[in-house]
Amino acid sequence: MYRYSEFDHAFLAERNRQFRAQVERRLSGALTEEEFRPLRLMNGLYLQLHAYMLRVAIPYGTLSSAQMRRLADIAERWDKGYGHFTTRQNIQFNWPKLRDVPDILDALAEVGLHAIQTSGNTIRNVTADHFAGAAADEIADPRPYAELLRQWSTDHPEFQFLPRKFKIAITGSPNDRAVTRAHDIGLRMVRNAAGETGFEVIVGGGLGRTPMIGKVIRDFLPAADLLPYVEAILAVYNMLGRRDNKYKARIKITVHEEGIDRIRSLVEEEFATIRPRYDGSDQVLLAEIQQSFAPPAFVAKPVAAEEEARRDPVYRAWAETNLTAHRRPDHAIVTVSLKAHGATPGDATAAQMRVLADLADDYGYGELRISHEQNVILPHVARADLPALHARLLKAGLGTANIGLASDIIACPGMDYCALATARSIPVAQELALRLDALKLEHAVGPLKIKISGCINACGHHHVGHIGILGLDRAGVENYQITLGGDATETAAIGERAGPGFAYDEIVPAIERLILAYLDLRQGPEETFLMAYRRLGAEPFKAALYAREGERDAA
Amino acid sequence: MSRAFSPKVVTANDLLTGEVVYLAADGRWSPRHADAELLTDEAEAELRLIEASAQEDRVVGVYLADARPGPRGPEPVHFRETFRTRGPSNYPHGKQAEGIPQT
Ligand code: HEM
Ligand code: SF4
Repeated sequence: MYRYSEFDHAFLAERNRQFRAQVERRLSGALTEEEFRPLRLMNGLYLQLHAYMLRVAIPYGTLSSAQMRRLADIAERWDKGYGHFTTRQNIQFNWPKLRDVPDILDALAEVGLHAIQTSGNTIRNVTADHFAGAAADEIADPRPYAELLRQWSTDHPEFQFLPRKFKIAITGSPNDRAVTRAHDIGLRMVRNAAGETGFEVIVGGGLGRTPMIGKVIRDFLPAADLLPYVEAILAVYNMLGRRDNKYKARIKITVHEEGIDRIRSLVEEEFATIRPRYDGSDQVLLAEIQQSFAPPAFVAKPVAAEEEARRDPVYRAWAETNLTAHRRPDHAIVTVSLKAHGATPGDATAAQMRVLADLADDYGYGELRISHEQNVILPHVARADLPALHARLLKAGLGTANIGLASDIIACPGMDYCALATARSIPVAQELALRLDALKLEHAVGPLKIKISGCINACGHHHVGHIGILGLDRAGVENYQITLGGDATETAAIGERAGPGFAYDEIVPAIERLILAYLDLRQGPEETFLMAYRRLGAEPFKAALYAREGERDAA
Repeated sequence: MSRAFSPKVVTANDLLTGEVVYLAADGRWSPRHADAELLTDEAEAELRLIEASAQEDRVVGVYLADARPGPRGPEPVHFRETFRTRGPSNYPHGKQAEGIPQT
C-alpha cells in the first residue's frame, strides 16, 4: 500500500499548522470571511445547510484499517457518530465545529490522511477502480499510474492555470468500474494484438449541467507513452479551451465544438514533439511507485468449506451479490453494502467503521477500499474465511445482500445537507429501498443501477444510472425528473429524459411501475433492465410511467 | 410599477457552530425562525442585510429569505427554509433534536 514519505508528513503538518493559525485569525477578526473562505475550502471545510462539513480525501479509495479506525474516532469525538462516504471516494463529516477542525486535521495527519482539496483550475485527484490490485479481470494495478500522474501534475507550471478544472480516472481492467467515460480524460487499460499493455484514451466526458460521454482519442497508447500523451492533450486544451465562459470551459465542450478528429490530429502533432523530450526518468519513478503498491503476502487456503457454506440460503444470497472474482482463485473481493434498506446510502457509524477495520485485520490483510458507489470493499479475503466474515457482518448490520441490485442506490446528500441542492435525495433513496424490500423483488429483477442527484451538478451520477432521478425545484415544490437508459461502464450512455417530473410522494410509486413494467417486458431473467431498454426503446417504459397515471385520474 | 415586495427575514449560519440563525428586531441572532424580524419594506430589508453582513465575528453566509407572518412569528415560505428550521430528514439531528420549535 502507498505510504506517505517523510516529506509528505512534514508537508501535512505544516499545512495544518498554517490552517490552525488561519482559523485563529478568522476568530480574532484579523481575517474576513471573504479572505478565510478560500482558505477553508482548500482545506476541505465547506458550509452546508445546517452546519460546516469537512471532506476528507481517500486517494484511489484505498484505506488501511488504522486509517478507518481513525475516521471512527473522529466521527465519535467531533461529529455525531457517523461519516458519509461519497461518489468521489471521499468521506464527509457533516457536523464539525469550526474550532475543532484544526484538531481533526491533526488527527487525520497522524495516519497520513488529509482534507486538502486540490482547488482551482488544475488537475484534480486522479480516481481509480475500487477493485484495483485485486480484480480477476485486471491487466495491472492502475493506482501506480494514477499516482505517477498525480506526482507529475502537482506543481507542473504549465497546468496551474488550465481553462477549468481537470479530472482523470483510470482503470486497470477492460471492465470499466471507474466511470472513465464521464471524466475529462479516461484511461482504460487494454492489451493490443501483440499482448502489450497500454491504454484506451478517452477524452471529453463529464456529467453536471452538460453531460457528455467521452470519445476515444487513441485506441491503444503504449503504457510508457502515458505522460507525454496526457501532456499533449493538456497542451491542446490549454490552447483551445474556452476561457471566456465558465460553463463552456471544460474540455468536453472543446471536444464537442472542435470535433474529436481535429482534437486528435492536434494532439498527435503535439505528442510527436513532446515525446522525444521524455528521457525515461518517468519510467524509473513509475517503477518506484509500483513497489509501494505491492500486493500483500497472500496466504493460500482451501476453498471447499466455502462451497459447502453456500447451502445456507442467507449466505448464498450474499455471496451471489456481494462477491467479485479475485485474481487468485482462492480469494474473493468482498463488497460490504452501506445500503441497508432504509439507511442513508454511504453512511457508516463509528461502530461499523471499527467492525470493518477489525474484519480487514482479521481476514483482509488490513486493507479497505471505498467505491464511488458508496460501499466499502475488503479487496483480498481468502474464500475459506468468507462464512465467518459474513456472520460478523450480519451481526454489525452490514450483511445486506444487495450489491448491484435496485436498492444499491447512489444518492448525493441533496437538500438534507447540501447548500446547492434544489430538492432532497436521501429520503427518496430510503423510501425506495424500503419499498423494494417490501416487494421482495429485487433479486428477481437483477442488476439495476438507480442514481439520485439533488441538483443539476449531478454528484449522484443520475445521468449514468439505468434509472436516474434528478431532484428539482418547480415553483417552490420538490419535483423529480426521471432519466432512462444511462450506463456508467465501458458501454457508457447518458440517460434520456422520460417526460414530466413527479412530485415527492409520487416518485417511489413511479419507479415501482417502471420496475414492474420491466419484469413484464423482459425476455427472461438474463435480459437485464438496461438490455431490455436498449432492445425496446423508451416507449413501453414511458407508457408504464405515465399512461397508468392517466387511467388513475380517469378512474 | 415595481412588483410588490415579499416579506423577508435575515438568516445566516453561526460562525463557530454553523447552526442556522435568524436576526431578531433587537439585533440578536436567534436559532428560532419565529424570533426573526419580519421585514416588509424593501429598503429596510436591504439595510438590515448590510448591517447583518458586517457582523462577521458572529455569523457567516448572511442572506434574505422569504417569510410570512404566522401565529407565533414569521414562518418560512420555501421548503428549503423550512428544512433549515429543522435539520436533515434522515436523522433526528440539528434543531429538531435540540427542542428548538420549528416556528
Ligand atoms: C454537500 C456538499 C457538496 C457540494 C457543495 C458539491 C458541489 C458540487 C458542484 C458545484 C459540482 C459541479 C462542479 C462543476 O461544475 O464541474 C459538483 C460535482 C460533483 N460532485 Fe459534488 N458537491 C457536494 C457533495 C458531493 C457529494 C457528497 C458527492 C458524492 C456523493 C459529490 C460528488 C460529485 C461528483 C461525482 C461531481 C462531478 C459530476 C461531474 O462529472 O460533473 N459531491 N459538486
Ligand atoms: S448534486 Fe447538487 S445537491 Fe447533490 S451534492 Fe451535488 S451540489 Fe449538492
